[in-house]
Amino acid sequence: MKGVTANSITFIDHEKNMSEHQLQPEKWVDLYADYLFNYAIVRVNDAETAKDLVQETFFSGLKSAKNFKGDAAERTWLIAILKRKVIDHYRKRNSKKGRAEVHINYNSEDGADGDWLEEQVADPFSSYENDTIENEELGLAIQSCISKLPKKQALVFTMKTIKGISTEDICNELNINPSNLWVMIHRSRTALMGCLNKNWF
Amino acid sequence: MISCEKASVICNKTQYKEASFNERLKLRLHLILCDTCSKFAADNKKLTSLCEKANLHGLSEQEKTLMKHQLREKF
Repeated sequence: MKGVTANSITFIDHEKNMSEHQLQPEKWVDLYADYLFNYAIVRVNDAETAKDLVQETFFSGLKSAKNFKGDAAERTWLIAILKRKVIDHYRKRNSKKGRAEVHINYNSEDGADGDWLEEQVADPFSSYENDTIENEELGLAIQSCISKLPKKQALVFTMKTIKGISTEDICNELNINPSNLWVMIHRSRTALMGCLNKNWF
Repeated sequence: MISCEKASVICNKTQYKEASFNERLKLRLHLILCDTCSKFAADNKKLTSLCEKANLHGLSEQEKTLMKHQLREKF
């Protein structure tokens, strides 16, 4: 009897948390790690660094949890912290004297012509920049839709689609049979089509 | 003729290049005759190309578990 009461209390608390934008740090990794990771990786261009930034973001979030006023969604709040982390990362990297200048004015990576910044001014008719921005938005949209899937479906979809792991390996690792796998793939793909539908289809 | 359910499984396999020649043939035939599945196949293909275009990255399960442990220590 006691157990039942306790359960119903946690359930009510949980409901309350959902409606008032409270923080639930124990769910952060599952819900937001990939989303934040995608955000970071296009900005720092290095998986290890991106991972560290995400981890630091979670730590900072935990530390300043009492400053969270609840007027933003949890994810928006975490992204704001991550943004600061990315800026700090570049600041730290450039604080080694002299490097910053070289970094800005001269790019010797491909040798030959076009090393100086003036020679690299963006072509105003190029659609490349817009494409990059659009692709990033798309990536975040997909990631956010994936995080709305049931956990196991999200896992299977990610392993198959993003990491390209073979059907056989996934089945062995998760201890399921191929027809289970295809059912889950089907459900996740259908859900994603629905979720992305408004903006991307 | 194969069922719509079977067609959808083959269609999903096609997205990962795992459908056999025989299966693809059956799917083609089904799609000629079934509008609902044709719509699904088109959307499914679109989803695949969106995923490719977005160049998605993900952390591995081990990395996430480690993150969770480290985060829990700070609670």
